[in-house]
Amino acid sequence: MTDSPIKTSEQIAALKDLLTPIADREPGPVLLCLQAVQGHYGYVPEGAVAVVAEVCNVTRADVHGVFSYYSDLKKSPPPAISVRLCAAEACQAVGGRGLAAAWSEACAADPKLAAATGTDEPVFCLGNCALGPAALVNDQLIGRANVATLKSAVEAAQNVTEATR
Amino acid sequence: MTVWFVPRDAAALSVGADAVATALEARGEHVVRTGSRGLLWLEPLVECADSRDGKRVGWGNVQVCDLEADGLSDTAENFLGVVEELDYLACQNRWIYERVGIIDPVDADDYLAHGGMVGLQRALELSPATVVQAVTESGLRGRGGAGFPTGIKWQTVAQQVPVPHKGDPIDAPCHKYICVNADEGDSGTFADRMLMEGDPFCLLEGMAIAAHAVGADRGMIYLRSEYPAAIAVMNEAIAKARDRGWLGRGILGSACDFDVSVRVGAGSYVCGEETAMLESLEGRRGTVRAKPPLPAIEGLFGTPTVINNVLTIASVPSILARGAEAYAALGQERSRGTQVFQLAGNIARGGIVEVAFGISAHELIFDLGQGTKSGRPLKAVQVGGPLGAYLPADKLQVPMAYETLAAQGAMLGHGGLVVFDDSVDMAEQARFAMEFCVEESCGKCTPCRIGAVRGVEVIDNLLASDAPENTEQLLRDLCDVMTQGSLCAMGGLTPQPVLSALDQFPEDFKRVAARVDAATQGAVHE
Repeated sequence: MTDSPIKTSEQIAALKDLLTPIADREPGPVLLCLQAVQGHYGYVPEGAVAVVAEVCNVTRADVHGVFSYYSDLKKSPPPAISVRLCAAEACQAVGGRGLAAAWSEACAADPKLAAATGTDEPVFCLGNCALGPAALVNDQLIGRANVATLKSAVEAAQNVTEATR
Repeated sequence: MTVWFVPRDAAALSVGADAVATALEARGEHVVRTGSRGLLWLEPLVECADSRDGKRVGWGNVQVCDLEADGLSDTAENFLGVVEELDYLACQNRWIYERVGIIDPVDADDYLAHGGMVGLQRALELSPATVVQAVTESGLRGRGGAGFPTGIKWQTVAQQVPVPHKGDPIDAPCHKYICVNADEGDSGTFADRMLMEGDPFCLLEGMAIAAHAVGADRGMIYLRSEYPAAIAVMNEAIAKARDRGWLGRGILGSACDFDVSVRVGAGSYVCGEETAMLESLEGRRGTVRAKPPLPAIEGLFGTPTVINNVLTIASVPSILARGAEAYAALGQERSRGTQVFQLAGNIARGGIVEVAFGISAHELIFDLGQGTKSGRPLKAVQVGGPLGAYLPADKLQVPMAYETLAAQGAMLGHGGLVVFDDSVDMAEQARFAMEFCVEESCGKCTPCRIGAVRGVEVIDNLLASDAPENTEQLLRDLCDVMTQGSLCAMGGLTPQPVLSALDQFPEDFKRVAARVDAATQGAVHE
């Protein structure tokens, strides 16, 4: 269980300020609100579900149902850099399965790399099916990926993260 | 003045187009960022012309080091000559993709200069019924996979009266919606993404034409989260279209009010199914709705709704501009007009090919695609995404059209062709099809939710050496239940790749058993 940043009444009020305009403006706002929460915190912290429910005037069960359905919505903070390898057919046809295995080996051999990228989360199709294997490192799409290009993309993403700090 | 054109399409960026553009700009060159021409094996494909509208020559697979010393010259090894005269492009008949790769996607003036908004202007001069008529006469059918005639769908929505959102008071504002399905989750397809990144105004223009035709006032684009670049381009284009009066109150000075917003998906494949998409757009779990009611009558928030794929809507501006008759003259049988084929997977020249229906898979893969990338013999081609059938190498003469593929037990789907060489294990692919269904089933109906889990188990049993003889029959029975009993195409079509693999490549399903047998026999002989 992660420590939730939504506990105090100030934190709840701040979250409501973020979500109320969405709920007021948009029809069917539950998913939009959950995405906004994740956009703000990087994940959907415990406690956020109740606030979304209140702001959208639906039950907590309804919000939890939506939250638990979508694979994009996360319960815990994401790794510093997310690495997602395409696991779908077009990338399988050009060695996607082999790349996934080689990437796990590379992470197993390099604890720093593993710590920065967390566990690998496959994704089904990134729309780069003529230049596979494809991968998404944070928001950067990588074509004709191999372990070396993935490593350099992770390094580039680390530099960006450090620069923005 | 010399102008350089460097694509900003995600596929080009994925192989280093940004670095090339930055390097050119650093040299003081005038660089225009465009979409991709769709010759993806050549990306980054950099073009150059004397002026913005001049004849463009190109270089393929350009890297920053190519720009050093004398830079790109017409004696360089990767020089392509005039890009439009390359065989891959010259043989195409581009309607939807007419501007992609040519214009700056977010430059509204560039869009106008290349024939943009002609279709909408013409549509607004016509009565809504005449526009619906034109779309019907063009023979346009849904490009998302189901192939439903677009004109009939529009006609149905046009006949409905707008209503308030379900649950709103009776005197609340009334709406009809145009929903664009941009949840392009099928592996081997990327035409929606490239259109949105390369010519977003075309999609917005098509939506506005649809809105005028059916009397809709709101539009939504359901765009998958895996396409961050497309989301950014679409949002930028929407803002610019509003500034130009192409969206908003009284579009192009007409009486038609219409505005569009983007809603982003959250990583669920089944949300590409139209009713699951509606649920997701309404902010709920993306589970499939039973039909009826048809979305055309009771769709998004309970209002009459047109749901069309990106390519369907993007076909409409050119149909209006160039004439329904010219469009209907292309193609064969009830597959009229052009289809955007996507060559993907293990292919030497992968990319976008927009041609009239009727071209064979063989021509696409061998003449244009030039066979496998690995150089090994082709073994199978999956047509129409993860729910599509695997065609063996000797069945590729089939013309690519709705009817001819259906006769083969296959489907066109969204027009993607994924090529596999002879290293593929088709039993593994069949198992993956079931695994994918386990992962992505929405869980609403039992044949899909439970059937897929059992499907993986039965395939595993089939591949085990001690599989009872009736295991294959069990798998076929299970596939029959899924096909007949599922609510939507997810469970209903998952058997297609499984059974086509089993029927066309039975040896792959015996390989494991054979290997184990051989090993056991070897042990006995020792």
